[in-house]
Amino acid sequence: MAVNGAVTWLRRAGEMDGYGLSASDTEEVHVLAVDDSHVDRKVIERLLKITSCKVTAVDSGRRALQFLGLEDEKEASNGFDGLKVDLIITDYCMPGMTGYELLKKVKESSVFREIPVVIMSSEKVITRIDRCLEEGAEDFIVKPVKLSDVKRIIDCMTTDLRGGINKRKLRDEGEDRSSSSPTTVDSPTRRLKMTSLEEHVFSSKK
Amino acid sequence: MRRQLQTMRKSLFDQGYLDEQFVQLEELQDDANPNFVEEVVTLYYRDSGRIILNIEQALERKPFDFNKLDAYMHQFKGSSSSIGAKKVKAESTLFREYCRSRNGEGCMRTFQQLKKEYATLRRKLEAYFQLARQAGPVETACRPK
Repeated sequence: MAVNGAVTWLRRAGEMDGYGLSASDTEEVHVLAVDDSHVDRKVIERLLKITSCKVTAVDSGRRALQFLGLEDEKEASNGFDGLKVDLIITDYCMPGMTGYELLKKVKESSVFREIPVVIMSSEKVITRIDRCLEEGAEDFIVKPVKLSDVKRIIDCMTTDLRGGINKRKLRDEGEDRSSSSPTTVDSPTRRLKMTSLEEHVFSSKK
Repeated sequence: MRRQLQTMRKSLFDQGYLDEQFVQLEELQDDANPNFVEEVVTLYYRDSGRIILNIEQALERKPFDFNKLDAYMHQFKGSSSSIGAKKVKAESTLFREYCRSRNGEGCMRTFQQLKKEYATLRRKLEAYFQLARQAGPVETACRPK
């Protein structure tokens, strides 16, 4: 699976809405948060900002796809157009498009499938969790969301993506390419530790 | 006054009105966002007020559409849970159980109780936030280091 630049640290800060971040700051994780509940959106936004992320919060799966540029027939280019999304965190139960359906759309996209998607749900239904993970979700958070949940996810992500940056830097500087390929940048994140589900026994995890 | 505030806060937890999630919200407050909890709670009462109305209207239509009632309550419960509204959340759970067992009487009874808890919590939180504002901009919860 070739890295297609969908997950990239470098971005133009240009048209960013006032998140109070400096334009030269290229290390911030940009999270697209999706939740139909206004209360939950406010909370998740705050949780993410405290964890030093840039946040775009939308109220539906449809709007999330619009933001990504997936709604129109043409997909967003791989260039540095606008703000790239590093992580999608979405509620499961939403009217219209569910978080699961959003997950599927993202994973079906050749441009965006590399973006980790985390599902949030107030209902700890094993079959639901399994279904999401099988569809490619990185993690599943049981609501109400706590700061420790968000920190855990961002920590795992940034550790992995920093590894990706270093590999890319080495490649750009003309270093030896034979070391582990940048195409594996996403694989360690596929199975993030799910501390909120520790009490459940999973037997069929990939 | 600060001691009064602490006492009020403690009793909200001791009497089961609030749970740990409220503390989580308090920990998200800082000098730049000193009123975060009050903002979230205000938002909660605004949004959930609409859901309460929807449920009320739905309960006036017979026969009950239990699926719709359950869906409304799922939304309501979610928000209540997000602000740490413990008693309200418990009534929401009970209501949903009655929906699932198609128990209209149970739904109505529980809904009355829920509205009482909802109103009581609102009153108590309003008093709490008012006192907090008077007591001055001092953090009411410490963010763990």
